[in-house]
Amino acid sequence: MKKLLLICLSVFVFRPGHAQDTYPVNGAWDVRPGLYAFTNANIVTSADQTIKGGTLLIKDRVIEAVGTGVSVPKGYVVVDLKGKYIYPGLIDAYTTYGIPESSRQNFTPKRNPNEPSFVSAKRGAYGWNEAIRPEMNAKEVFHVDAAKAEEFKKNGFTTVQSLIHDGIARGTSVVVTLADEADNKVLLSDQAAANYSFSKGTAATNYPSSLMGSIALLRQTYYDAEWYKGQKEEYNISLAEFNRTQAYPQIFEASDVYSILRADKIAKEFGKQYIYKTDGLEFKRVDAVKALNATLIIPLNFPEAFDIENPFDARNISYDQMKSWEMAPSNPAVLAKAGVRFAITSFGLAKPTDFWTNLRTAIDNGLTPAQALRALTQTPAEILGVSDKVGTLTKGKLANLLITSDELFKPENIIYENWVEGRQYVVSKKDITDLRGTYALTGETFNNTILKITGKPGSYEANIERTGADSLKTKGTIVRTGDLLNLYFDLKNKPSGTVRLNGYIASVSPLTLKGSGVLADGNSIGWTATQTAPAPAETKRDTTSKPKPTTGRVIYPFTAYGNAEVPKQETVLFKNATVWTNEKEGVLTGADVLIEGGKIKAVGKNLSAGGAKVVDATGKHITAGIVDEHSHIAIQSGVNEGTQSVTSEVRIADVLDPEDINIYRQLAGGVTTSHLLHGSANAIGGQTQLIKLRWGAMPEQMKFAGSDGFIKFALGENVKQTNWGVVPGTPNLRFPQTRMGVEQVYKDAFTRAKEYKAARAVKGSTTRRDLELDALVEILDNKRFITCHSYVQSEINMLMHVADSMGFKINTFTHILEGYKVADKMKARNIAGSTFSDWWAYKMEVAEAIPYNGKLMHEVGVITGFNSDDAEMARRLNQEAGKAMTYGNLTEEDALKLVTLNPAKMLHIDNKVGSLKAGKDADIVVWSAKPLSIYAVAEKTYVDGVPYWDIEKDAEKRKALKADEGRLIQKMLSAKNKGAATQTATPRRRRLYECESLEEAAFTVADAYNGFQTIGTK
Amino acid sequence: MASAAIAFGQANIMPAKPQSKPVIITGATIHVGNGTVYNNGYIAFDKGKITAVGEGAAPNTAGADVIDAAGKQLYPGFICPVTNLGLVEFEAVKASVDDSETGELNPHVRALIAYNTDSKVIPTVRSNGVLLAQATPDGGVISGQSSVMMLDGWNWEDAAYKTDVAIHLNWPYNRPSFRRAPAPGGMSPAERTQKEIDALEDLFGQAKAYAEIGKPSVKNLRFDAMKGLFNGSKKLFVNANNAKEIIQAINFGKKWGVQVVIVGGVESYLVTDVLKQNNVPVIIRETQTLPDKDEDDVYLPYKLPRMLQDAGVLYGLTGIGFWRQRNLPFEAGQAVGYGLTKEQALSMITLNNAKILGIDKTTGTLEVGKDANLFISKGDALDMITLGVENAYIQGRNIDLDNLHKQLYKRYSEKYGFKAN
Repeated sequence: MKKLLLICLSVFVFRPGHAQDTYPVNGAWDVRPGLYAFTNANIVTSADQTIKGGTLLIKDRVIEAVGTGVSVPKGYVVVDLKGKYIYPGLIDAYTTYGIPESSRQNFTPKRNPNEPSFVSAKRGAYGWNEAIRPEMNAKEVFHVDAAKAEEFKKNGFTTVQSLIHDGIARGTSVVVTLADEADNKVLLSDQAAANYSFSKGTAATNYPSSLMGSIALLRQTYYDAEWYKGQKEEYNISLAEFNRTQAYPQIFEASDVYSILRADKIAKEFGKQYIYKTDGLEFKRVDAVKALNATLIIPLNFPEAFDIENPFDARNISYDQMKSWEMAPSNPAVLAKAGVRFAITSFGLAKPTDFWTNLRTAIDNGLTPAQALRALTQTPAEILGVSDKVGTLTKGKLANLLITSDELFKPENIIYENWVEGRQYVVSKKDITDLRGTYALTGETFNNTILKITGKPGSYEANIERTGADSLKTKGTIVRTGDLLNLYFDLKNKPSGTVRLNGYIASVSPLTLKGSGVLADGNSIGWTATQTAPAPAETKRDTTSKPKPTTGRVIYPFTAYGNAEVPKQETVLFKNATVWTNEKEGVLTGADVLIEGGKIKAVGKNLSAGGAKVVDATGKHITAGIVDEHSHIAIQSGVNEGTQSVTSEVRIADVLDPEDINIYRQLAGGVTTSHLLHGSANAIGGQTQLIKLRWGAMPEQMKFAGSDGFIKFALGENVKQTNWGVVPGTPNLRFPQTRMGVEQVYKDAFTRAKEYKAARAVKGSTTRRDLELDALVEILDNKRFITCHSYVQSEINMLMHVADSMGFKINTFTHILEGYKVADKMKARNIAGSTFSDWWAYKMEVAEAIPYNGKLMHEVGVITGFNSDDAEMARRLNQEAGKAMTYGNLTEEDALKLVTLNPAKMLHIDNKVGSLKAGKDADIVVWSAKPLSIYAVAEKTYVDGVPYWDIEKDAEKRKALKADEGRLIQKMLSAKNKGAATQTATPRRRRLYECESLEEAAFTVADAYNGFQTIGTK
Repeated sequence: MASAAIAFGQANIMPAKPQSKPVIITGATIHVGNGTVYNNGYIAFDKGKITAVGEGAAPNTAGADVIDAAGKQLYPGFICPVTNLGLVEFEAVKASVDDSETGELNPHVRALIAYNTDSKVIPTVRSNGVLLAQATPDGGVISGQSSVMMLDGWNWEDAAYKTDVAIHLNWPYNRPSFRRAPAPGGMSPAERTQKEIDALEDLFGQAKAYAEIGKPSVKNLRFDAMKGLFNGSKKLFVNANNAKEIIQAINFGKKWGVQVVIVGGVESYLVTDVLKQNNVPVIIRETQTLPDKDEDDVYLPYKLPRMLQDAGVLYGLTGIGFWRQRNLPFEAGQAVGYGLTKEQALSMITLNNAKILGIDKTTGTLEVGKDANLFISKGDALDMITLGVENAYIQGRNIDLDNLHKQLYKRYSEKYGFKAN
């Protein structure tokens, strides 16, 4: 019965105010006026204004008045806040508060988890892809979670945005207060924002399986939604909702700084402006972020230090991880300094108590309290469109406020109370006297005994000191409940055993505690403690003169071997080298090369230096930079979108990764230009991107300006999934599973493309813009060029015939290991061949791949090159070219062209690179020996006249890197010794991509997905 | 070129006949394999053994086949110490893959048995100067036993050079995983690793005890196979790359009194003291690979041989895979641009490998009394722009240097109407 009563009591929360209620009440209504007056307070109404000695009136849910000279009418509960502070309640702009963990309940689970899901299994007239779910509304699933709300409220939050954190288009979010009331009462905004990301989340639809696929899907969705407005063919809830939710603020969660830029490109394409929830490492590219003129929501989940006492374990930690650890806490300050507008979120913190620790760390690193307050109140209120209700302490706004002991961001501050919509939540009790101080403890058993109470209100610490004959110091435990307290300690002897005291505050001037107690022997005693001195004033930390933590410098890119200063273009004269021109001049000995303004100025003998820096290249060999026709480096989060047979809509251009160390490593092998290809998992893969290896540049600046667009096609075992472990005969296998089917995929795709082109050409056409078919139309129009992964002659022959009959051209067969069998047919169609020097026997279709392939194709007159498809091989493509001499005795000059001029021709850039000729780009390599020899070392590599690789500078960099790693490790160790949280040093290595690299079957673009793989966990 | 095969296929690539008369090669630059070079050198061999080698005019050429190799280079046959050559024909075709037995502890299985002398891959490897290779099983924790094979022969029986040389152990380590976290409720990688090490300790403890019994009442094939480890007739090749694991493996060998060879040794340069103190050699897996860490010297794998050379550790080199063994000379040559001398690079794939395999008494260098395992190249055999093997001998037998690739080259040269050269 008693229990039942308690439950009833907890249900019968009183209802202040006079607002009407749709909910029935069991029993008598308990409507209270909810009138409060806070007087004599320091009221920080906003980041810009503080009222000293002010009064704030609350009437039910709202602020009735705020200011000085506000008189308190009768009927108000008056709370004197002399010396205390009132702040606007904090707003967390990014949470999943009150949202159920999985929102997949609307989806039909698959019978067999290994079965492919080509389209959505969701019931209803929704879109085809489960990752596009704009129809999801947080308001329909939100439910007050009192326990979770309490965690937020303890940190000072009163209002949060709650969103469904799942999918690419995630639907609408809500803004709610953290009041412990019915769901109906806490919603401030039922549709606050539309949320997005590149992460497909729990969507079971196979597509997309890569970052570029996610980007393509989102881009296509914008087109589909636009088309949907004017069409009458189908009903599609997802597209209708997508259109409807465009009216709200658009919030995009980006997993790293480059993904912010990726998302912003889409935003610009469709006239949108996203607000970005970031990963908190924007300092890496703060200028680029600032240039977006966007508002950010930044987290405080700064990396923890690593356990690296063991030097072997320390090898598991990368330099950028160490640097991120050091620099991430400065991220808020860096953004503030740059003038970037941002809100701060507690999202992603390992535990709620990290919030204040990390926020204060950010302040120690230069964020000002005013900036912090703005980022936690006004800015999120504005972003979420609720600044008329929350964010500042202004008449008419909700009574969401904090009562604190001191300035909010001071380390010694205590949050006493958190008021949400006029409802008090006590964080730590303020209304009673501070017990801290020194007391004389008296009573029959205590002689010469002093009690010192320290710590914080709410968590006092007791220390007992006895002087004289039985002198000792011991710690006790003191617990206070209102005016009552318990105290116990062990004095070892006289009396022995634990002494247990209970008591009360008997007087406040002088502060006197009194009570009785029980000794270990069971005897009762009486005791009194009289305060002899208050707690010493805390030695105030002088935040202004506190040395700002030293942080390392940002390097470009933000990884090992990045440069603090990106190297600059040089004017150089290389004297007296052996110069391999690749032009009709052939190989010149004792010759000079002059570069200026990023171009080759002259090649010849006895050139005059003018103002150029002179490099003595006696004994050295100079060639044009190596061009790799087939590369998969510098690609983030997936090289294959192999979930469909045709994915011409995906673009490598969208996912360049400028932080790939392989850029630097390949410069060290003389590579200057790389053609980054989609993988070979499907017949029509994605659009490729040609880059120059400009180490440290932004993704857009890496692109080879003015080059033609290419696209990857593929034939053979990968396309028909021969080696994927799929079992033929299983229903729903991806078509095709044979070479017969591959032909039909092409015929079908190009038939559709032609029909599409014709339909779009009709005046006033309402044909839906289809990015997949757009790319194919570009091929038909000779505006996009094919490089096709290929092995055996039958299928090569097939594609040539399909191209002939459908009216398109094949630019290049890449890999083309049986090119030697059809070289005459390729030659007749002017198709180039880019092959491996000597690869074979790794699968059935390379059973007759021979190292003479290059020689034979070359001899027949096919433009022939050697490519890498491999980050390792790419850095010694010169040697691969040399193998054309081992196998087939190609001349040394012709062999060099296999990796320079010929791939440049295939890529239509031979007017810019590939040979040493005045006017061409200054992409050159200085070799220690004959360039195709196993003994040749690339000593210098220039791209556009910029010395990105220099073997001597590299040695200096390595030394500096070691020293800085040492510094960071010392710093981490000392942080750990000071009690900082640490994490285990887990091996992590960059994932390398080849043609055949596939993502996991159950691929999700996780939020932290960054192209790294974790190698075990020690 | 020994064969002028026109017909497609290689049924006509014949295993060589035993040496029937003495051969003397003159005028060559002879790389002995131990650092010595004879300019204008000669070498004589008879009945499969080297009878004379030196500089200047050959002592006695009467009755011998004399080969003038003026301007050419002569080398000991290259030795590949760890490979699945002959055990696999096409990596992706299961029917042709015979290097990995099921189960975790298979010391009893023997690679020799699956070695296919008729593999089309083998002739493509030996035509680049690799004349001996240790056919090695893979997979599980203990993969099985390896044998050194001559890359020419009618069947595994007559191709065997030294049988059951070593037992191969993949040292347990935290294996790479694409997944972020261990499966819920599953063992952590560290726990799994420790469990595997415990299983090894248990196995070796029992095997050693078993080896002390003359006639065990119950025969155990695994323990029988391991007897050789404890009496010194077999070596324990341990695949280990990280410093920690290398140290663990060395200590393990010490504890059980077995001769350990480290294979892989990516981080061996960090533990050279331990390697040297314990006389443990390292077979470097490959030089033509990427550094393990972003922070590593971009050329670290190229420099690794030099680092071990300087530290005084005995090191050899094997390449990876099977068909890629034709690049073994280049894997060795790669180190020369980064600190090794050419003769040291050569030793790495001849004498050093022979020592590590325990076959240096009969091969690995061109010295009198050793097997005539050697070849003539038109130029520097470690460099792709000059390599060109013209004559090769295994135990004095004149090897056919034709292969599938040369035949296809010829076939299609004819189709297009030019001369294959």
